[in-house]
Amino acid sequence: MNKNAHLLASTLYKDVPMAATRDGYGIGVVEAGTEDERVVVLCADLTESTRSQQFSNAFPKRFIEMGVAEQNMAVVATGLALNGKIPFIATYAVFSPGRNWDQIRISACYNNVHIIFIGAHAGISVGPDGATHQAMEDIALTRTLPHMTVLVPCDSEEARKAVHAAKDAKGPVYIRLGRNATPKITSEKTPFTIGKAQIFKEGNDVAIIGAGPIIHSALVAARTLAEQGISCRVINMPSIKPIDADTIEQAARDCKAVVTVEEHQIMGGVGSAIAEVIAQTYPVPMEFIGMHNSFGESGTPEELLKKYRMDAPAIEEAVRKVFKRKKT
Amino acid sequence: MQKLTTREDLERMANTIRKDIISMLLTAGSGHSAGPLDLADIATALYFNVLNTSPKQKTDPDRDRLHISCGHTAPVWYATLARAGYFPVEELKTLRKLGTRLQGHVDRLTTPGIESSAASLGQGLGIACGAAYAGVIDGKTYQTYALLSDGEHDEGSIWEAVAFAGNYKLAHLTAIIDRNNIQIDGPTETVMRKESLKEKYEAFGWHVIEIDGHNMSEIIGACNEAKAIVEQPVCIIAHTIAGKGVDFMEYQYQWHGNPPNKDQAREALKQLRSLDNKIVPSDL
Repeated sequence: MNKNAHLLASTLYKDVPMAATRDGYGIGVVEAGTEDERVVVLCADLTESTRSQQFSNAFPKRFIEMGVAEQNMAVVATGLALNGKIPFIATYAVFSPGRNWDQIRISACYNNVHIIFIGAHAGISVGPDGATHQAMEDIALTRTLPHMTVLVPCDSEEARKAVHAAKDAKGPVYIRLGRNATPKITSEKTPFTIGKAQIFKEGNDVAIIGAGPIIHSALVAARTLAEQGISCRVINMPSIKPIDADTIEQAARDCKAVVTVEEHQIMGGVGSAIAEVIAQTYPVPMEFIGMHNSFGESGTPEELLKKYRMDAPAIEEAVRKVFKRKKT
Repeated sequence: MQKLTTREDLERMANTIRKDIISMLLTAGSGHSAGPLDLADIATALYFNVLNTSPKQKTDPDRDRLHISCGHTAPVWYATLARAGYFPVEELKTLRKLGTRLQGHVDRLTTPGIESSAASLGQGLGIACGAAYAGVIDGKTYQTYALLSDGEHDEGSIWEAVAFAGNYKLAHLTAIIDRNNIQIDGPTETVMRKESLKEKYEAFGWHVIEIDGHNMSEIIGACNEAKAIVEQPVCIIAHTIAGKGVDFMEYQYQWHGNPPNKDQAREALKQLRSLDNKIVPSDL
C-alpha cells in the first residue's frame, strides 16, 4: 500500500467497516451548508434516500422540495445559481442526468453555472430494484458535456471530501454515488483534489485504474495477484473530468499493461476516458472491467457484481489476461 | 436606460426595432422572422419602460430579470438591447456570423444583457422560477419575468415549472406568453391543442391577464397589475399577430423559421417605414 495515500489499515480486514457513498454526501452537504449560506439543496421526492434529509432539517429555508420533476429541478437550480446560490440537486442518477440531460446541457452547462448534480443509486450494486434503477450510463452522459466536472468517489469519506471540493469548484459538477454500504478505504488524511488521481498501491507489472467503490475489489484482487507473483499498481481516479493524464501515462510507461475498473457501461465511461489518454500518450494493452452493453436485473449486489463480472475474481482474470498480452 | 413614457415614443421605438430585425435577418441569411416581429412591442415596453434594469445594472442584485425561454426569438432581443444601449447598434449586422457575440439563439456568456442562454424549448420558465426563489430566500423584491412562446407549451417541462411557481406562490414572477398562434409545423391548435391556457394556468394557482400584445398601454398596464399582485405568480397571455408589421408575413406559420430574401426585405422595410407615418402623438 502507498503510505502517502493514508488509507485505513482496516480496509483489507475481513470485517472491513462499511458506509455508503451517499452517506458521505449527506454529512458533507450539511458541513458545506454550515460553512456557506449560499448552499441550497433541491430534491425530487427522494430526500431521505439521497441522504438530503439532514440538510433539510438543519436548513429548511435553503431546502427546496421539487416533487417528481427532475427537468424542472435542473432549470430551477440554474436560476438559483445565476443569482448567487450554490445548488446541490439530488436524485437518482437514472433520473438526473438520465431524464434531464437536455436541461443539464443547455441550462446548466451552456450557461456555465455552478450547480452540483448528485447522482445517487448509480451502478449495478443498486441491486433488487433492477435495471430501471441501476444507472450505468451517467458518467458517459456527463463527461461529454463542456464545462462539466465529473467526480466518482470510492468511499463515504471521499464522497464527503468531493462535496466540499465541488462546492468550491466553478461551473457544473457531477458527483456519482452508490446506494449500498461499501468498504471504507480512505481516511481523513487521504488527499483529494479535483483533477488528481491517487496511487493506492504501488506495483509495476499491471496498473489497475478506476473509480468508485469497485476500487476496493481492485485492492483485494491486487493482494491475491501479489501472492501469484503479479505486482499491481492500483490507482484511484475519483476525478474523471478533469482527468489526471500524467498519472495515467506514468502508469502505462511503468507497467506497460492496464486494467480499468468501473460499475458503468464500458462505452463512454471511466475506461474509455483512460483509454483516450493512453492511446494518445503511451499505448499499451488494456482490459476493461465494466458493463458490456447490457442492462442489469434484480438480485443482491454481490450476485450482480459476480454475474456481470465486476468483482475481485473478474479483475484478477483481466489482470492475468493483460499481463499475458504485455510486450516483453 | 432611456425610459420612454409616451405611447408614441414607444411605438416609434418598436417600429425601429422591427426594421432592425428585417435588416439583421437579411444580412444573416437565416433565422426566425415571425416571432421576433410580433414581440417587438413587448420587448420595447419591457426594456424602455417596465424593467428596472439597464446596461449599468447588469450585476445589480436588485435589478429586474428577464429570462427568455424561446431562444430562437433572439433577433428582437438583440435589436432591443442594442437600442437600449447594451452594445452598439452596428453590431447587429454580425448576427449568426462566425465570431459574433450575437449567436443564433440567445447566449448569456456572449451577449451583454442576456440573463440566461436558451434554445431547447421549455426551460426558461424554470430558470425564472429559480431566480424568483433566490429572491425569496434573500428577501429581495426584484421582479422576475419569463418570456415564453405558445408553441413551447407542448413541452412537459413548462408545466413542471408552472406547478412549481403556483405551489410556492412566487409572487414576484411574471410569465409573458407570446400567443401568436403559430409554430413550425402549423397553427398551434392544429399541431397540438394548447387551449385553454388561461384556465390551465389558473388551475395551477396563477393569476392570468389577457391582453393585446401590440397595445403599449395594455402591455405596461398588465405588467403593473402583475407587480401589484402579491400572493401568486402572474401569467400575461399576450395575443399577438405573428410577423406583425409586414403584411405578407402576418399570420403565416411558414415565416416562423425563415428570413426574408433581398426583395422581401426591401418590401418589408418599405411597409415598416410607412407605419412610422401612422404613429400619432398619444399617452399611455
